[in-house]
Amino acid sequence: MVNTADMLKLFAKHRGDAIVVSGRGGKHWINLSDTALDMPLGDPAMGGHCGFAFGLAMALPHRKIVLFDSEGDLQMSLGILMTIAEQKPDNFYHFMLDNECYATTGGQPVPNAKNVRYDQIALGAGYPRAFAFNELDGFSKALPEILGGKGPVFAAIKVKPEVENEAIGNRKKWRTRSQVQVVADLRKELQIA
Amino acid sequence: MNDTVTASTQHLSPETVLAQMKKHGVTHVVWLPDSETNWLYLLMQAEPSITLVAVPREGLAMSIASGLAAGGKKPLVLIQNTGLMESGDSLRGWLLGMEMPVVLMVGLRGWTRHGVTTDTAAVYTERFLNAFNINYYLVENDADASRIDVAFKEAEKNKRPVAILVGDEYHGFVSK
Repeated sequence: MVNTADMLKLFAKHRGDAIVVSGRGGKHWINLSDTALDMPLGDPAMGGHCGFAFGLAMALPHRKIVLFDSEGDLQMSLGILMTIAEQKPDNFYHFMLDNECYATTGGQPVPNAKNVRYDQIALGAGYPRAFAFNELDGFSKALPEILGGKGPVFAAIKVKPEVENEAIGNRKKWRTRSQVQVVADLRKELQIA
Repeated sequence: MNDTVTASTQHLSPETVLAQMKKHGVTHVVWLPDSETNWLYLLMQAEPSITLVAVPREGLAMSIASGLAAGGKKPLVLIQNTGLMESGDSLRGWLLGMEMPVVLMVGLRGWTRHGVTTDTAAVYTERFLNAFNINYYLVENDADASRIDVAFKEAEKNKRPVAILVGDEYHGFVSK
């Protein structure tokens, strides 16, 4: 299993000028980058990161959109894969962090946690390219190919669970901007009226 | 399709709705078909300025629309009231919470102006919207088209979703 922070450090070297919807990797990504092209949204509503990033990809076809989704989110909205595959946004790079559990609620396993082949589901839904990684080394070697080709592309990465048992109200707040501000900053940066 | 169609004063014609979409610059219709709005499909499909984005479950439409709006596009969500209720948390988080001015065009299944409403989908629709403090406008025929205009303007002004409840089922195009 991969350490999420290490994986994101590796990705950062290849990021270029991509817009990053950091999703479940947000609390680590914010330590690496928190510019107007970064979208640390926290968790507006579970299951929706993928739809949001996909919508952004359709709206901004000339910008690379990178999403760090999670398996818990994706299980909640699996049908989005068919919609994405139909629209074929060639600027959409869909990474999915699979820790096999609901880490923010205490680490309970997601349904069939250890036996789901998400890359196969993505391919079956119609994604033209999909990958699966258990170790950082394999991910590191494949990353240039993943980001160098056209989207939509899907990459499932097994990551170590970072289980939180603290009451939500007692957890450290890691976001520096509100969700509305994050969107406003992006629009200002890209000069979107 | 007959290209000499004209607006009906008895029904809500697809041309009227499409004209409102174009007037307000809708770029994407994120939708799941229903019996109240299926009359729009052929026209939307033929309209080059609109991209149709089909979803298999209505809640997905909310986050997609949020991303489109964040990127400067003008999405319209087109779903049935049953799907609206399924979408509650996504609507809360991705549209209301992020202050997205998205119009929700909602087929009002079960709506009966003069009869007893027995379909719980219709019974709970307005209560659902009220619970989320989302304003809504009932549109039943072409004479109500100005309410669509109001909904688009209100969404933009208040940076909130606004709903249009479509209280008319498919009846085909009205030819001269």
